[in-house]
Amino acid sequence: MQKAKQPNRTTVLVGTRKGLFILHGDGKRAKWRVDGEMPHFHGQIVNHAVMNPRTGTILVAARAGHLGPTVFRSTDSGKSWKEASSPPAFPKRENGGYGWTVNHVFWLTPGHASEPRVWYAGTSPHGLFRSDDDGVTWSSVDGFNLHPDRLQWLGEEDHAVPDGALLHSVNVDPFDAKHLMIGMSSGGVFESFDRGATWKALNRGCVADFLPDPDAEWGHDPHCMVMHPAVPDVVYQQNHCGIYKLKRAENRWTRIGENMPKEIGDIGFPVTLHPRDPNTLWVFPMDGTSVWPRMSVAGKPAVYCSRDGGASWKRQAKGLPAGQAWFTVKRQAMSADQAEKVGLYFGTTSGEVWCSFDEGGQWHCLMLHLPHIYSVEAYSL
Amino acid sequence: MLPTPLVDYTGGQREVSAQGGTVDELLRDLDRQYPGIRFRMINEQDRFRPHIRLFVNAELERTIGASLKADDDILIVAALSGG
Repeated sequence: MQKAKQPNRTTVLVGTRKGLFILHGDGKRAKWRVDGEMPHFHGQIVNHAVMNPRTGTILVAARAGHLGPTVFRSTDSGKSWKEASSPPAFPKRENGGYGWTVNHVFWLTPGHASEPRVWYAGTSPHGLFRSDDDGVTWSSVDGFNLHPDRLQWLGEEDHAVPDGALLHSVNVDPFDAKHLMIGMSSGGVFESFDRGATWKALNRGCVADFLPDPDAEWGHDPHCMVMHPAVPDVVYQQNHCGIYKLKRAENRWTRIGENMPKEIGDIGFPVTLHPRDPNTLWVFPMDGTSVWPRMSVAGKPAVYCSRDGGASWKRQAKGLPAGQAWFTVKRQAMSADQAEKVGLYFGTTSGEVWCSFDEGGQWHCLMLHLPHIYSVEAYSL
Repeated sequence: MLPTPLVDYTGGQREVSAQGGTVDELLRDLDRQYPGIRFRMINEQDRFRPHIRLFVNAELERTIGASLKADDDILIVAALSGG
């Protein structure tokens, strides 16, 4: 496994229901400060804030109250922001027919290393968009958005972000700029080998206990899917129906969540990967029983870590509340930095940011009293 | 007259002037002066966003193709809901 460079500093972008918070840590992650006295985009919904570490550009997927969705960008580490001149928008339907409208920009992913000005955005309702100019203008990926089968793939429309109809988990193969994988809640996992011109469902092996056909080709509900940044054949997903690992040779998912303790189960939203070790991953289980409370199991929050690709799991709760803590962690609200001893960060629905600088061995509360946290992304710089 | 959520686009001004023979032309002129403001009111299907209301001389107007006269007063309201 490659060794990591010693970072000079750490940046954590925290998107919330009421704005963006930027946390700055030193290289040792010992001292932290929050950027500014007020949140960036004060009062606006920030679904996702992401940095392209190759360029330093930060993009923010925001929704300004009732004024619709947009993308903001900063090329100076958040000192100043400009709105995209042409935010993600579906093609206009001519002749008065029904046309789709982006309700939220929900997910942002930088493009391949060879295309440093490319970004992808996933939206609600399900839409995929691409920028070739570092987020200034966006165009529809028509191979997906206008696909004749698209409406069949999707579940019933529900725009209640971050709980409703979403296109998320846009993954770009680090070895092949043309290879994309996406997740849709609901709709399933799809992949493209031609930059989004054509798509194939990739859901075999995944349970979909809410569908009449348990072996359906699509219609599944991946909550979060991550392709390993160094070994792209290794892909994990936290699904509505468990935790899965892709067997690439068979293009079939295996339920590695079966190896979780039965009293905890394997339901949750996020899955986070070690940046260099493809066998190490972390999940944050939640209560997915009966009416789906979507809170920490028994009010005792814990991260679970696997070091062997999901064959076994270890509870990591030292420092977290021992009981009566009824939060959960949303699908893009858990992240790993890239330091040699990987730092982990998660943000809760109750507005707390927790971190660990020893890969989950000990947790510390980094911030309290934030609004409902939608996203956390961490960078060793 | 613009609602407060839109004044980030106009440098803080709530009262601005724009030209156009229709609501659409007026909003496009507004967008030329204050880039990005039209898309905050009108979606990609050329329909008003759900919480945006536009009044012409105090009459609610729902279509962007509606005609305007030279001295019409336009009031744009952003209704608030949720928390």
